[in-house]
Amino acid sequence: MDARKKLDKRLIDRQLFWPLFALVVLLTFDFFYIKGFFHIEIIDGHLYGSLIDIVNRATPLMFMAIGMTLVIASGGIDISVGSVLAISGAITAIMIGGDMVFVDGVPKYAAHNPMSVAILVALIASVVSGLWNGLLIAKLGVNAMVGTLILLVAGRGIAQLIVNGNVITVYYEPFFYIGSGFFLGLPFSIYLVAAFLALVMWLVKKTAFGLFLESIGSNRVSSRFTGLDVQTVTWACYAISGLCAGIAGIIIASEVKSADANSAGLFIELDAILSVVLGGNSMAGGRFSIIGSVIGALVVQTLTTTIYAIGVPPEVTMVVKALVVIVIYLVQSQMGKTSLKAAGGATALKAKEAKA
Amino acid sequence: MKSLQINSKFIPLLITIALFGGLFVAGSVSYRGFFSMQVVLNLLVDNSFLIIVALSQALIIIMGGIDLSCGALIALSSMVVAYSMSHLNFHPALAILAVLGVCSLFGFIQGWLITYQKFQPFISTLCGMFIARGMCFMINQDTVPITDPFFMTMATTRIKLMPGAVISTSVLVALAILAIYIYIAHFTRFGRAVYAIGGNEQSARLMGLPVDRTKVMAYTLSGFTSGLAGIVFCFYMLSAYGLNAMALEMDAIAAAVIGGTLMTGGVGYVIGAVFGVMIEGIMQTLITFQGDLNSWWTRIAIAFLLCVFIVVQRILVLKRESRKVMRPVEFLD
Repeated sequence: MDARKKLDKRLIDRQLFWPLFALVVLLTFDFFYIKGFFHIEIIDGHLYGSLIDIVNRATPLMFMAIGMTLVIASGGIDISVGSVLAISGAITAIMIGGDMVFVDGVPKYAAHNPMSVAILVALIASVVSGLWNGLLIAKLGVNAMVGTLILLVAGRGIAQLIVNGNVITVYYEPFFYIGSGFFLGLPFSIYLVAAFLALVMWLVKKTAFGLFLESIGSNRVSSRFTGLDVQTVTWACYAISGLCAGIAGIIIASEVKSADANSAGLFIELDAILSVVLGGNSMAGGRFSIIGSVIGALVVQTLTTTIYAIGVPPEVTMVVKALVVIVIYLVQSQMGKTSLKAAGGATALKAKEAKA
Repeated sequence: MKSLQINSKFIPLLITIALFGGLFVAGSVSYRGFFSMQVVLNLLVDNSFLIIVALSQALIIIMGGIDLSCGALIALSSMVVAYSMSHLNFHPALAILAVLGVCSLFGFIQGWLITYQKFQPFISTLCGMFIARGMCFMINQDTVPITDPFFMTMATTRIKLMPGAVISTSVLVALAILAIYIYIAHFTRFGRAVYAIGGNEQSARLMGLPVDRTKVMAYTLSGFTSGLAGIVFCFYMLSAYGLNAMALEMDAIAAAVIGGTLMTGGVGYVIGAVFGVMIEGIMQTLITFQGDLNSWWTRIAIAFLLCVFIVVQRILVLKRESRKVMRPVEFLD
């Protein structure tokens, strides 16, 4: 047991080493090439600076990376997260909206519906979207990419129908607090991520869920033979991923004070996948590290901010990110080959190659 | 029994053709002016580039892969054509050759990563999609118009089939590609290898088929075809912009699936993809004729159809499996 724990520790250490290394490299680059990057100052009791900004902007991505990690660990993929994000943002924005009313002669903006109701409805819709993916993939056994493709295509259309093709602006102040408010000097959304991360960590570390998930991702068939409820666990992963995308949608809507069904979360699925891959997780499923993915999300956001800051056109970020994924994947496949061979798992590798 | 089995293979394709006929009849009954040759021909005229990419998508899916980069490659190829002619004064023939070369190379690299570096196809092509879109903006951030006389002629020429029924040159290109793809898929060694790989890659390898070479060739062909579709897209749009042909890969995949190609690979007909595109087109036309429906309904309707077809496929596959005695090898999948 002790030796096993040690091995675990070593693996995790190595897994977290690369994303942290990437983060340090990027930050070092920023330190030398971008003036005042590390400058943090306190205005009105809030911390301001590029670093705080990166963490704040990375929060939606962190949420999605957490959900995506679980889905990828189960051996699947969820490419519908961008569309779910758009749906959730659209629902929140249209339900809160905001009208000007005069209270004692003072103009005030009031929400159409109570904010809690709007957020609850948006979250329920996101979970339902995730359950729909799960229905196709876990229950009917549709290929994960194809199953989530349906919602990717339909989701944006649904979001557009909700907002009727318009960009909905929100005028209700308390709502902005979620995405751009400060609590004890730090952006409020950071606390949201921390709380959610703690919850998911508890789920995967302190309950059997994490163990089941790892087992299913490593070998679906033998997990089924062991008597695990493969369907329910997979289903839960997609539901959580949907929920994560929904929360991210609310945060983004609150940050930009509006909902644009056309462009909200466009291409964000690549960022989420990139975060997971950067976090040292295998795309093939099995062993996973949620902390790694969260650090991965930080790296992605730092990369984006850096590219913006050095004045390269934003579209080029897509090229850089895609190249990063390719390089990591190449390294991962090489490392996987050598480590498996070292462990005497050449047969397992062959079987895997034949399957792929 | 044997004839019945062959029939079950054709079922998805037959359903698709029947659905197309049904939609057309429904449209003709409900709307004035719907029942005309030109409405059908316009489906081809407006979707010729989509037909071309749907064909290559169908072949890739038959092989058990997927190509998400085709929409972005269309944008890239039209951008390269437009930019090289307007800013670098390339001759149109040279521009077209350059584009086909670039896109083939693009496809080749994706195929190489998938085959030899064991990338999952969708990861490789998703990265390809982002790189292609990014490259468009690195070339030019704005809309680049095409004023070349050759492209103008190709864009404006209309071929009269009968009174009141015309097609554009793009349709001829698309039909030529269709003929080539039918030939490739059903009458060449390469095509048979593609079907075999889609059915079971390991068995194909054990049978001594050149699996690796076939896979790389198929993705290269897909890149080439996307480049060609980009040129046809230029005939249609006469301009290039980095965000053109957004999400076209989804339409192409949907068309292939609606056309009866099994997502698990090994089963399907490239011609089915054409009917898939026609169904997507006719739904768009129906929604336009209806007039008071939001155009977003098109996407939802396509997704709905895609969903229905995928679920039907799964049920067919599960049924077929349950008829057989379960063997460990099959269970592994």
